[in-house]
Amino acid sequence: MEAILFFVAAIGALGGALGVVAMRNPFYGVLALVVHLFSLAVLFLLLTAAFLAAAQVVVYAGAVVVLYVFVSAYVGGQTESAWEPIPGQRFLAPLLGIALFVELSVAVLASSLRALGSGGPEVAAGFGDPAAIGNLLLEKFLIPFEASSILLLLAAVGAVVLASRPSTPGETPPPLVPWTEHGPAGGEGVGGPSERFAREEPGASGDSGTTLHRRVASEEGPPAPSPAETPS
Amino acid sequence: MTAEWYVVLSSLLFAIGAMGILLRRNPVVILLCLELMLNAGNLALIAFSRMVGNGQGQIFALVVMVVAACEVVVGLGLIVAIFRRQLPLDVDELRELRG
Repeated sequence: MEAILFFVAAIGALGGALGVVAMRNPFYGVLALVVHLFSLAVLFLLLTAAFLAAAQVVVYAGAVVVLYVFVSAYVGGQTESAWEPIPGQRFLAPLLGIALFVELSVAVLASSLRALGSGGPEVAAGFGDPAAIGNLLLEKFLIPFEASSILLLLAAVGAVVLASRPSTPGETPPPLVPWTEHGPAGGEGVGGPSERFAREEPGASGDSGTTLHRRVASEEGPPAPSPAETPS
Repeated sequence: MTAEWYVVLSSLLFAIGAMGILLRRNPVVILLCLELMLNAGNLALIAFSRMVGNGQGQIFALVVMVVAACEVVVGLGLIVAIFRRQLPLDVDELRELRG
């Protein structure tokens, strides 16, 4: 039973990891990461780390993945171009990955750790549950606990500073996209705003408009034909 | 299951994450692959903790989780800042520190 659960969770974790690497759209990569994280939580449960499995699901699948989803939706699904700046990167990278795997496996399995071939000693019933973790965290590891809280605070402040708009007057950041006035790319199709107004709304409201528009409308009488219909 | 299986699985996941960092050029995907590597490290830490029969290794994994959350927050803030400045989201284009 334990072996079946292990292999199912291991296949899920490997499939999720390969999906993160292989998906061209980062949004689907985030979804593959969710599969990977849930499989890892199952593996943590098999290793009698109940609190860490719960923390994995809550912190990663609950908070971190939501951040990833928001950012990848904000940035947009940008698929990478097939152009390779380093020639042979597509073949060298898996080769180096396989070399790293072999190296790590040899380094661990050839070590003389005696407990590596066993399932570990028998542990008490409360091993790895929230009470045990809390006791360890607040008694023996109090200083790392406080340091990690300071680290979280600094990361939150840093993220706010990084993601805010640059507003110091000294530097001149590149302008944001001018969607508001002239269209997406500086308005090459339509001319200025006044010309567009004269073309699009001729005589819709009587007293507004440019001086040219008013002059044309008064010369041609009340049923003003639109100057946009004349071929330009 | 013996602890060897967990350690080999962890090193395989770590290698997949490293391969993704070498292979991909989108910074969002590179952060995702960093997550894979950190989680592989967590799995190895918890497996070793179970091997020893001591719960202190799980505290290590918890601290790694906190550091991973901080890294995600700062990295995604950087990506949002890069995107707002109209720079290309491609690590081969982003070679200069000067924005």
